[in-house]
Amino acid sequence: MSELLALVGLNAHYGDFQALYGLDMSVSEGEVVAIIGANGAGKTTLMRSISGLLQNASEAVNYRGQPIGALRADQVAGFGIALVPEGRQLFPSLSVEENLMIGGKLGRSGPWSLKKVYDLFPILLERRNQASTSLSGGQQQMVAIGRALMANPELILFDEVSLGLAPVIIRQIYDALPGIVGDGMTAMIVEQDIKKALSVSSRVYCLQEGRVSLEGATNDITHDQITAAYFGLAS
Amino acid sequence: MSGWVVTRSTRASRAAMVIGLFAMVVLAAAPWWAGRADLRLMGEIYLYLSLACLWNLMAGYAGLVSVGQQAYVGFGGYMLFALTVFGGFHPVTAIVLGGVLAALVSVPVAALIFRLRGAYFAIGTWVIAEVFRLSFAQIQALGGGSGSSLPVAIVKEIGAKKAAREAMSYWLALGAALIVMLSVYLFLRSRRGLALTAIRDSETAAAGLGIDIWRTKLEVYVVASAFTAVIGGLIFLQKLRISPDAAFSVNDWTAFVIFIVVIGGIGTLEGPIIGTLLFFALREVLADFGTIYLMVLGVVAIVVMLKAPRGVWGLIRDRYDLEFFPLSYRVRNKD
Amino acid sequence: MIEWTGAIVQGILLGGLYALFAAGLSLIFGVMRLVNIAHGDLIILAAYMGLTTTVLLDVHPFLALLIVVPVMAGLGYVLQRGILNRTLGDDILPPLLVTFGLSVIIQNVLLETYTADPRKLAGGAIETASVDLGGITLGVLPLLTFGIAVAVIAVLQFIFYRTSLGRGFRAVSDNQDIAQLMGLNKAHVFGVAMALALAVVAIAGILLGMRTSFDPAIGGGRLIFGFEAVIIGGLGNLWGTLVGGVILGVAQTIGAKIDPGFQILAGHIAFLIVLAIRPNGLFPRVEH
Repeated sequence: MSELLALVGLNAHYGDFQALYGLDMSVSEGEVVAIIGANGAGKTTLMRSISGLLQNASEAVNYRGQPIGALRADQVAGFGIALVPEGRQLFPSLSVEENLMIGGKLGRSGPWSLKKVYDLFPILLERRNQASTSLSGGQQQMVAIGRALMANPELILFDEVSLGLAPVIIRQIYDALPGIVGDGMTAMIVEQDIKKALSVSSRVYCLQEGRVSLEGATNDITHDQITAAYFGLAS
Repeated sequence: MSGWVVTRSTRASRAAMVIGLFAMVVLAAAPWWAGRADLRLMGEIYLYLSLACLWNLMAGYAGLVSVGQQAYVGFGGYMLFALTVFGGFHPVTAIVLGGVLAALVSVPVAALIFRLRGAYFAIGTWVIAEVFRLSFAQIQALGGGSGSSLPVAIVKEIGAKKAAREAMSYWLALGAALIVMLSVYLFLRSRRGLALTAIRDSETAAAGLGIDIWRTKLEVYVVASAFTAVIGGLIFLQKLRISPDAAFSVNDWTAFVIFIVVIGGIGTLEGPIIGTLLFFALREVLADFGTIYLMVLGVVAIVVMLKAPRGVWGLIRDRYDLEFFPLSYRVRNKD
Repeated sequence: MIEWTGAIVQGILLGGLYALFAAGLSLIFGVMRLVNIAHGDLIILAAYMGLTTTVLLDVHPFLALLIVVPVMAGLGYVLQRGILNRTLGDDILPPLLVTFGLSVIIQNVLLETYTADPRKLAGGAIETASVDLGGITLGVLPLLTFGIAVAVIAVLQFIFYRTSLGRGFRAVSDNQDIAQLMGLNKAHVFGVAMALALAVVAIAGILLGMRTSFDPAIGGGRLIFGFEAVIIGGLGNLWGTLVGGVILGVAQTIGAKIDPGFQILAGHIAFLIVLAIRPNGLFPRVEH
């Protein structure tokens, strides 16, 4: 497995506030990596930094060996990196189908098309001409995931996809995940629900106050280790 | 920690006050030492300085970016003519009354154009100025579209001799500029002024603090408009002739004023002063070039807005930490 | 009676021209929340470009469109990417003051180049041609202007709501960050929007120049007419700008019928009445 994404000493700032401190991370092709951590640990900042919404030092983020840390989000998207943003963030002026189509704006070739997205989430086919704002939270999340898939990304980033959704909807979405990443797509999943995160991932990073506090294969890590890393207790 | 005090004044601001008082005395005596052309130019400088301070109060502090304050310059000018010719008032009384009337007119105007947000507010103010211009052009008694001159008898009320008249309009301009600057300064130091700064920094936060944004903006608009009308009266007391196009000129009374404030430093009290001096210096140098001069002003304003949005004064202040009109509080060690 | 009907019909046709002034303003406000104070001066700039083209190449103003439209569009793209994009943000002052400075520069460049003398584009026979409709005589040029306005708005509407470019416009307008994630470079999208707006400005300028004489100082007035049409029609609604333009045009021609000096004032008053009664305009955009 070759290395797809490498973070090297990533520092991220919002103005004077530093959110990430010298993060090192590595994601290989085909992996599903979970990012866990308490509120304010820097998970969303990490997603914003990789996707280019937050620009950093160029060499801090490397994709297939190329430095991309200083690129804008639209340039990063061109590399085949897609983000399902926290809080869904659909375009309210666009219909469901238009939201999906704009996800495919870059025209990268690959397995995903409108038809495949509708196969995955049949409810969206029914609602395709509706305003995206008229959908339920779970359906909106499906659109947000579909929108990212339409880009046919190599690396897909999920930021808190289960936030604010009913348990039954969360289960539906997580049931769909293997179908998404099964084709060899690489994924990073930010998740509050540790059990869910571990159930779909092969490796896990735990963040605490902007630093990596634990890293390892999902199967090797114990519950106690996670608790310690999560809350910052000495292990 | 008892060695620390919170203060507004600084050594620079106290020095500025002493120098300022001395300068006032020298300037007030100008009719005895300056030539007629210089006196006229200085009078014009004071009036532009006043317009700049007022526009800066609206745009730089209250977020009311207007491109239509020529409405009140022209209104004040026309009130001078109307109230002296038809009302029999002394010109100075007429000018003050013009300010009062402008305040009354500005309230319903504000009720209408405050419905427009941001940049659309700006164009809305321009529409109002056009309505004023076209309306005054319809009044035949005031000369209609071609305008009229102030009758000699009324001009004589200011002073029997030409020299006396010119000295008088000079002092009126100087006095008006002082009153405007002092009013703006005291207003910004008051509770209302602090509210204004809060609004500028964040409307939502200010509303959360219980500041009535609409009311505070209305007060600024009304007061600025009234003062602008007074300055308009003084401008046309100097010119002695008025026409709709001159009275409601967007170039003369708004474009120049905006350039002055932007170049000097918007949202600062010192900015309009520096801007006015730079504006007139540029004008003296480039006066012969006419349209080129205006192009240069436009380019300078754009460059300043893009590269140094706090203007020349902002650059000076950043470098030397100076403040001649102490508005901000400083923490200083007493010892 | 027939005279008044005539005035109203003339006003409706005039409204087509005002809708063209308004469409560009509405478009760029919709996409990037930018209000361009120099919009009117750009219309006049386009009219002068038309003048130079017709004189130099000895062609009809309509043929000049083939040159003026792309040149203005290119200018729009460069202007947006070179200057205006840097002014966009939370603060409304920079775009306002920069476009205000631009307005003064354009006016004075035109004054320096073409003097203050009023000029006109020579449209030839079409200027005086007219058709008779049930006792009302209508000029062919005003009719054509109105038809072009309807067509331009239909095309803009199509681009906005039926094409990939339009989806990009709406997406960037909704949420700039997330639109960037879709691979949309907002600086480029804004440049394209301004190019499109100035292409419409070019058409408006040529039609204005054939209809009436123009000089470098009248840009501000055209900005105001366009702005009034936008506000009367309702922000963010392209067809609304046509209705707004028509209402403004009719108010002006009726005002002129009462008293020639009352024409422009009547338009402003109609605008202020709408602002007093329906501050959001007659047809504000409904989010779907």
